[in-house]
Amino acid sequence: MSEQVALTGNEVMSQAMRQINPDVVAAYPITPQTAIVQTFSQFVNDGDVDTEFVPTESEHSAMSATVGASASGARAMTATAANGLALMWEVLYIASGTRLPIVMPVVNRALSGPINIHCDHSDAMGARDSGWIQLYAENAQEAYDNAIQAVKISENKDVMLPTMVNMDGFIISHAVENLNLLADEDVQDFVGEYHAENPLLDSENPVTVGPLDLQDFYFEHKMQQAVAAENVKDVVLEVAEEYEELSGREYGLFEEYKLDDAEVAVVALGSTTGTAKTAVDNLRENGVKAGLSKIRLYRPFPAEEIAEALADLEAVAVMDRAETFSTTGGPVFADVRAALYDMGADVEAVNYIYGLGGRDLKVEEIESVYKDLEEIVETNTVEDRVQHLGVRE
Amino acid sequence: MVKPGDGYKEIPEGGLILESGNAKRYETGGWRTQRPVIDLDTCINCFRCWAFCPDSSIETEDEEIVGVDYDHCKGCGVCAHECPVDAIAMEQE
Ligand code: SF4
Ligand code: SF4
Repeated sequence: MSEQVALTGNEVMSQAMRQINPDVVAAYPITPQTAIVQTFSQFVNDGDVDTEFVPTESEHSAMSATVGASASGARAMTATAANGLALMWEVLYIASGTRLPIVMPVVNRALSGPINIHCDHSDAMGARDSGWIQLYAENAQEAYDNAIQAVKISENKDVMLPTMVNMDGFIISHAVENLNLLADEDVQDFVGEYHAENPLLDSENPVTVGPLDLQDFYFEHKMQQAVAAENVKDVVLEVAEEYEELSGREYGLFEEYKLDDAEVAVVALGSTTGTAKTAVDNLRENGVKAGLSKIRLYRPFPAEEIAEALADLEAVAVMDRAETFSTTGGPVFADVRAALYDMGADVEAVNYIYGLGGRDLKVEEIESVYKDLEEIVETNTVEDRVQHLGVRE
Repeated sequence: MVKPGDGYKEIPEGGLILESGNAKRYETGGWRTQRPVIDLDTCINCFRCWAFCPDSSIETEDEEIVGVDYDHCKGCGVCAHECPVDAIAMEQE
């Protein structure tokens, strides 16, 4: 039986890990992820899981040990945030390039400097091209649900790619939420047992993992990875369907909130989408046809589907909780705009960079974005394509 | 078995090599710019070159040095450097 509980995002993430009961967890604590590792290590100590826990001396080692464990045939997990993710960098590519289905909660936090421990997406967004699948969550319930589904997505034979399960630092990780936990045995049945196809520890069938791969085959291996990424969308939807049967909760590539008849809409990901829903409700009461597209699967990017959902709008604002310093806007903006261009959609698209270093974004500020969109539609002109929302002059 | 020229649909994923003891099938001779040539008349069969060669490319027969496996010798010159009687000359490819 599932149960209703009040837990923080970090606590519920460690519960998801307990229920998944991975063979190996190698991790290093970092704010705001610490409570995940701390709570999980208590489960290990209390014998609540069968997991081999490897406390490492750095995140580089944590990801390396996770890669080693996964290559050996274990179901392996770790968790990190911000600078920890940055320290894992080179090994992230080894995990995805070696096609290891590692699942890693990332508690999104600003990447220093200046030093900051609060939420933005500069950590995960920087890793968006590392070959990892990226899921984003509006709240702790979604983060929990994403973590359990991620195991099945990553381990699917047509995918075999690692997944980052993102949740906003502090906003989700430290806030207590009323949520629903599945029964342990239901999660166990859902994720099943992991059987690696060519585990390093199978001495009957010795294999080499991580050999030199030069001009003659490296490109072919990257092509395989690109094909696997193409397969992700379908697998995400399949797994979501199966998960809905179990949990009653519906998931897709993205969520459309009052988007059907909308004229102006916001595209966002992470906890801000919850605030945006309130803004949409308020505006709808005043007769504004406002909508929201909440991205769940950001990597690989479901470009066609998102463009199709936005194609009938008059104007759209893409929200980015990360700067790229490209001067052409944030990462989500670049993807959404390119998707709209490919579709030949006649939708004006603008970008708002917000919430850096944990700066709060209020309902009224999101409402002001919709007001800007209405003005763009009215005047048919875009004065500032890329704006920074909530920063002081 | 993976062969040179195989496409991405044919090879194991993730760069894995599924057969053990396969290094001899990967011919590294093409990397060579200089080739070691052994003067077998000068050679005293001390086996230093054989012991030092990082690619196991010194060929022997009946406990005597007989030549070099040029399919795998990378031309590093270690053998020539170690030979106590200068029996190995490095020649331009
Ligand atoms: S040149 Fe190097 S690789 Fe070639 S036989 Fe001599 S020691 Fe071995
Ligand atoms: S090191 Fe020189 S002398 Fe010794 S076995 Fe090799 S070629 Fe002969």
